[in-house]
Amino acid sequence: MFYREAGDFKTSYTDDSQTFPIKFDRYRYYVVLIAAFAVIPFLINDYWVNAVLLPFLIYSIAAIGLNILVGYCGQVSLGTGGFMAVGAFAVYKLMTAFPEISIFIHVILAGGITAGVGVLFGLPSLRIKGFYLAVATLAAQFFLVWLFNRVPWFYNYSASGQISAPERSFLGVPITGAQTAPWAAYLFCLVFCVACALIARNLTRGMAGRKWMAIRDMDIAAEIIGVNPLKAKLSAFGVSSFFVGISGALFFAVYLGAVEVGEAFGINKSFLVLFMVIIGGLGSIFGSFAGAAFLVLLPVLLKNTLVGGLGWPTDLAAHLEFMIVGAMIIVFLIAEPHGLAQLWRIAKEKLRLWPFPH
Amino acid sequence: MVPEDTITEDGRKIGGVVMEMKNITLRFGGVVAIKDISFDIRQGEIRAIIGPNGAGKSSMLNVISGFYHPQEGEVWYQGKRRPPMKPFEVAQQGIARTFQNIALFEGMTVLDNVMTGRFRQMKAGLFAQAIWKGSAEAEEMKNREAVEKIIDFLEIQHIRKTPVGRLPYGLKKRVELARALAAEPSILLLDEPMAGMNVEEKEDMSRFILDVNDEFGTTIALIEHDMGVVMDLSDRVVVMDYGRKIGDGTPDEVRTNQDVIDAYLGVAHD
Repeated sequence: MFYREAGDFKTSYTDDSQTFPIKFDRYRYYVVLIAAFAVIPFLINDYWVNAVLLPFLIYSIAAIGLNILVGYCGQVSLGTGGFMAVGAFAVYKLMTAFPEISIFIHVILAGGITAGVGVLFGLPSLRIKGFYLAVATLAAQFFLVWLFNRVPWFYNYSASGQISAPERSFLGVPITGAQTAPWAAYLFCLVFCVACALIARNLTRGMAGRKWMAIRDMDIAAEIIGVNPLKAKLSAFGVSSFFVGISGALFFAVYLGAVEVGEAFGINKSFLVLFMVIIGGLGSIFGSFAGAAFLVLLPVLLKNTLVGGLGWPTDLAAHLEFMIVGAMIIVFLIAEPHGLAQLWRIAKEKLRLWPFPH
Repeated sequence: MVPEDTITEDGRKIGGVVMEMKNITLRFGGVVAIKDISFDIRQGEIRAIIGPNGAGKSSMLNVISGFYHPQEGEVWYQGKRRPPMKPFEVAQQGIARTFQNIALFEGMTVLDNVMTGRFRQMKAGLFAQAIWKGSAEAEEMKNREAVEKIIDFLEIQHIRKTPVGRLPYGLKKRVELARALAAEPSILLLDEPMAGMNVEEKEDMSRFILDVNDEFGTTIALIEHDMGVVMDLSDRVVVMDYGRKIGDGTPDEVRTNQDVIDAYLGVAHD
């Protein structure tokens, strides 16, 4: 009824190429933004922030980053955990070395450093494709975790080998450390999350995104129309790692506060983010959010219903979660390879015609 | 020797030599795919390369577009000898092509596919694109306008926003032509643009090829099996057989060439 494009005429190409061409979508997007910035911070408590919102926002950034690489450019990567670790250690070194500089800048710089490392580990992609590239990025994962474990300089020679975030504040409000208010941590991550989503959207609707997708769909044809495969692939690795690095930095500094590299950024993390991208939808920004929400909320939901509601033991619920996630991935790969984003798209198509589908 | 500008019967102007192949020899191990072939392509003409299966036509096109590097011979482009180049560098010099078996980006819409052809005109850096507002958007809109003209020209407006994977074969061929045209190429290479089409689609395609040449003055080199089409469309024809050149000239000259007739009809061995 109200979800219509009829009568909403576009008179310029600028109007036609905007992110939400349908008016209803646009307004819904504004409402979500306003709610996220102006309403939620007043409602949330510690539990909501730490159990749901922070992991959701941070994993969303990581998923957007990985989606650019896997979903848009078609280069499979299993190194996400390692790149998140680079972001975390970069921000840790920056925070401890330059305490006077704002943490906001540190997080961005950490993303930049991760982008550099990502480009370096993206070099093999020029020669190898598919599974073989996945294995090459797996090497990055193990090498980076090993490096951060073995070289004491990275964890400032602390006895435990852990890194823990010193207290830092942004605009006078503490963001890291024990003094942080839930809403401050939430807003800080939200700003990064929204900025990353906007940048990703802008890149993917412009020439950069078209080059990536051209490489993904048919690399020979991409080359024949003039796409330099070296530049396209490495820029995808760079941009993707930038986002992943930011998410790693936030994951360590704002969310966990203290991190042991093998535990927090192991191969499991790489798979988790990859599953988010696959379940959410390859090649879709919305899908990155949907996948992150799904995999963050599912354990919380299961725990609350099974342990809290039915009184099951915690370990049983945890095992059930593994089984459900595993089954979901198989189901999605078979039934809907384009993930939740595609389901959303189909729902919107249907809604457009509702209630008169003929 | 540079041939003078000539005017064809239908009033098109054909200029000097844009591309010249000099004594090209291409070998794959012991197999000689192309043997000592020379020919030229002149500004604004439609140049056809024909020959029986396995004659080396597609290999010739791949040499021009930089996929294969000939062991001997030189490629001269716009008056300069072209060093060995990668395909994307050739494309950046203004040589666009289509493929025998369509090479479109199936996951992207028709509009995006054609827009990829505009890489030469779009220079905004990664940072400008990330911000979008400002230079990147202005550039995008300017090029969108140019692309819309081509979409209009090839009559594919109605499928603009459709993913290419969903289109029928004939339309895909047309989209591929649109993508090649979007680059505003100085030479357009068409590898069997009419393969697998029915008569109507062939007529449409022929019309588009002639229109492109007429309207934009694009130099076209094409490979085609349909003799009727080749003879009607092209200004000059190169005939290849077993990697050698056996004929070169206007359609009428080629038609009466004994070697060509032998190659196509076969010749009795005594």
